Order: sequence, then C-alpha cells, then structure tokens
Amino acid sequence: MKVLVPVKRVIDYNVKVRVKADGSGVDLANVKMSMNPFDEIAVEEAIRLKEAGKADEIVVVSIGVKQSQETLRTALAMGADRAILVTAADDVHTDIEPLAVAKTLAKIVEEEAPGLVICGKQAIDNDMNATGQMLSALLGWGQATFASELEIDGDAAKVTREVDGGLQTISVKLPAVITADLRLNEPRYASLPNIMKAKKKPLDEKTAADYGVDTAPRLTIVKTGEPAAREAGIKVGSVDELVAKLKEAGAV
Amino acid sequence: MAVLLIAEVAGGALAVDATAKALTAAKAMGDVTILVAGEGVADAGAAAATLDGAAKVLVADDAAYGHDLAENLADLVLSMAGDYSHIVAPSTATAKNAMPRIAALLDVMILSDVSGVVDADTFERPIYAGNAIQTVKSGDATKVITIRTSTFDAAGQGGSAAVESISGAGDKGLSSWVEDKLAESDRPELTSAGIVVSGGRGVGSEENFAMIEKLADKLNAAVGASRAAVDSGFAPNDWQVGQTGKVVAPELYVAVGISGAIQHLAGMKDSKVIVAINKDEEAPIFQVADFGLVADLFEAVPELTEKL
Repeated sequence: MKVLVPVKRVIDYNVKVRVKADGSGVDLANVKMSMNPFDEIAVEEAIRLKEAGKADEIVVVSIGVKQSQETLRTALAMGADRAILVTAADDVHTDIEPLAVAKTLAKIVEEEAPGLVICGKQAIDNDMNATGQMLSALLGWGQATFASELEIDGDAAKVTREVDGGLQTISVKLPAVITADLRLNEPRYASLPNIMKAKKKPLDEKTAADYGVDTAPRLTIVKTGEPAAREAGIKVGSVDELVAKLKEAGAV
Repeated sequence: MAVLLIAEVAGGALAVDATAKALTAAKAMGDVTILVAGEGVADAGAAAATLDGAAKVLVADDAAYGHDLAENLADLVLSMAGDYSHIVAPSTATAKNAMPRIAALLDVMILSDVSGVVDADTFERPIYAGNAIQTVKSGDATKVITIRTSTFDAAGQGGSAAVESISGAGDKGLSSWVEDKLAESDRPELTSAGIVVSGGRGVGSEENFAMIEKLADKLNAAVGASRAAVDSGFAPNDWQVGQTGKVVAPELYVAVGISGAIQHLAGMKDSKVIVAINKDEEAPIFQVADFGLVADLFEAVPELTEKL
C-alpha cells in the first residue's frame, strides 16, 4: 500500500510570533520555519506502517512556497521515499487555504492512488483544522480525525480518536484520510547520514496550475491584530493571603 | 439571513452549554433553525426548543447519526444546506470533524473557531495559537462556521420553538463505530464549569494528580491539565486545556505546577480570575495570573484544599 502524507512549512513552534504593526499579518521574514508538528507525527506514522510491512511506499507532498522543499527534505530524511513540491505562492506570507490545498491534493491522489492519506490534524499557523476532512470529502472517502492509535486491518483501518469526553474507536474503510493528533506517536529525529541520503531522493517540482486548481483565497483578510492583553496581577505571600484575596474577589 | 445551527449532542442528550453559546453567536447572523441529529434524541430536540432565540428545531433521529460519524452527518446537512446562508456549530470534537467536510462538499471555505461576529460576512478568529486575532470576510455563498464557545454567553431558556422531524439518507457505510471510552465523572464538564483546577508537569505523576482532583472536588470544579501533563501520562487527553485541547473561560481558573506555555495560555486566558501556584517565580503563567503564589505545590495545594 502506498501512503501519501501532506506536510506544511510553518513558523517553528518555538519562535515567538510577532504581529506586524500595520495589521497586515504576522512577520515571517527571516523567521525560523519548520515542518508543522502535527505533520511530523503523520510522517512518523507512515514510516512506522512501512517498517511494520503494512505500507510499501511513502510519498510526501507540500503545497506553498518554493522553500517548502526544505520541509519535504526533512520528511525524506525521516524516511519518506519521494516528494512532490507544488509551488502555489511566491511570498512566504501567502497562506494557501485548506480548500485549495485539499483540491490540489485530491488531484495528486487521483494520480498516485494511495491506499491511505495521513495528515496532521491542524497547522499551527492558521489553526484551521480542515485540510484532511476537506480532502476526504472531495474524494468521497471515509475519514478518521484526531487519531491517537492506528491499526491497519485488511481493507479497513481501526482508529482510536481523541474526542471531547475521552476516546472513540471507529473502523474506516480504505482508502481513507486519517488526521494525526498529538498522542499518535513521537516523531524521530533525522540522522545525519539520512539527511545526506535524503538529498538524493526524488523530488518532483510542480505548480498549482499543473493541476488546474484555482488557489485564490475565499476569505479576505481584513486585518490581523494582537489579542487583548491580560495584565499580570499580584503575587501573594501565603495560602492564607490567597484564600483572603479569592474571597474578596468573590471567586470562591 | 437563515442560519442552521447544529446542536451538540452527547450521549443522546443536548449539550446545553455549548449549543446555547453557539446560539448566541448564530443569532447575530440571522434567524436560527436548530438541527438536532442523533439516535434517541427526541428529548434533546425538546430541550433545544426551549432555548431563547431558536425559530425552529429539526430533529433527525436515526442510528446513522448516533456516533457522530462525520460522513453521515455531513450528508444530512448537505441535503438541507440550500435553505441556509450560514451553517454554524460549536467548536466541539464532533463539529471540528464534520464541518470542514460539509464546507468542502459545498465548495466553500470553513471559518474555524470563530471568536467574534463582526457582521454576517465578517468574523474574528484566533490564529497562531491565539497569538494573533485575524478578521476575515467570506465571499462564499454559504458560510460554514465553528464557534469558539468560551467567548460567547449562553442564550437563555424560555423559548418555545416548533419541533419538526426530518429524515436523511442514513448510513453511508464509509466508517463504523466500534467503541467509546468516555470518562465517567460526577464533576462538571470542563468547557462549561464555573471553576477549573488544572495540573501541569510540576504535579509529577498520575498518583499526585489526586491532589489536584481533591482541590477540584472541594470547589465543585472540573479538572484540567496542561499538554505536558497529558503527554507524560499524568492525566487523560480529554482534560487537556490549550489551543489544541479544550478552550475554557471559567469564573476561576487555578493553574497548579503549570509553567504557562503559549499554547496553554491560549486555552484559558479568557478566564475571569486566574490563580497560579508554581515554585518557579519566573514561570510565564504569572504574567497572566491575577493571584500568583510562588510555593511548593505539594505543600500549598493540600493547605489550600483545607482552608477553602
């Protein structure tokens, strides 16, 4: 079975986000970028399926700016077999919306015919939590989102999902789209020899136009601002003082 | 403008708090019809009809909708979508699963986790784990929206909307339910509790979390946890508060042994009063806390439990 994993290049999760003073967005120029953490989990899960003999090829795809090539190389260094880069924007500040990403991925799925697509559940930049569900819809496939356990069982996948009250296990017919939550696995680090080897793995370069997908945004960004700041309060010296303050504030 | 609000149903019953908060947001967009989909949901439909501001309630009672499978729910909503300009749901796990699917089937973008309604086309939503708030205007024919419930007040009771039964296409057969492992608890539900007591990595172990639970029970509070505590196995996943977990805004939030990573703050900084107990006085949690206590939590928490 072939497994397809879409990956996104996003601001590194350790970098402090700075909102531009003119309200036009978040400053991404000269900022460290990395693979979206949820996508790393998705790549890791695909690699584990291959190591367990359940998958035979892992194709990673990234749709965005040309620099997403670095993100794909990271996935190849982790253990993916080949990569497809779809250039859809020139400016690093342009975010391709999940609907356009899903439409492009749907075309790639038609060509590649994977048995399974594993996505990260959400990107830590736009926090939409949408691409996997949208792709599944466009393909007419089943979906299993927010996965914390995945077991391939013949022509179905048994997936344990993180839901509001705890965990839900469902069985989804393959091919399907699965989205990875935090507890699915702990992604490996790429070793130096694997990073060197990844440079020689195949990476196909395409554009959104090659797939005939219109990536024009449906949502117009009116402005991007700072969240309302919360002022720090006071430090109390003892539990007694804390109890007194809470009573004074009417909080208990 | 006609708005379809998808009610949150849990275990066959209406999740009143989440639905009533999303209703407040939905009312700002137009006349609201509430859809209650599930199995054995006649009572849930009746409960939805009493919410203040619902014009009509549609009940789809079918085993196909009993386990929140996205494919079946999406097809049901799609079959009726033509009558509405807005399709809205609270940002629960069920809605986060199904709503983007509905949006894609309608060829429109999703507006996830909306925290403010500017007008019927323009919405505010947090991005970058709440480090920025983006205002976006949708040009799509149908707006598909999930609501961050912590920023809206719940609609009141006293409504008496007409209830109508509807039927959908039933089970698509793409996925099937196997089992639920849901926590049984007498404590208030995390996202609607008036008080939340949360523990972090500093709590140290699953056994030590009993101390957090004891304080919570004294206050009749829900129990939360940081991602670090959940990842370390101290607490179950459904307790996680933060950008990728649950977003809460109780009257009182007590953070114990939580350093205050940005993604945790995104999930609780709208709380009315925040208390932080941490032995590290430099911990970022103190920057948002109304009352900070620099102390060893193993001494402070039992003492606080006793004295409250």
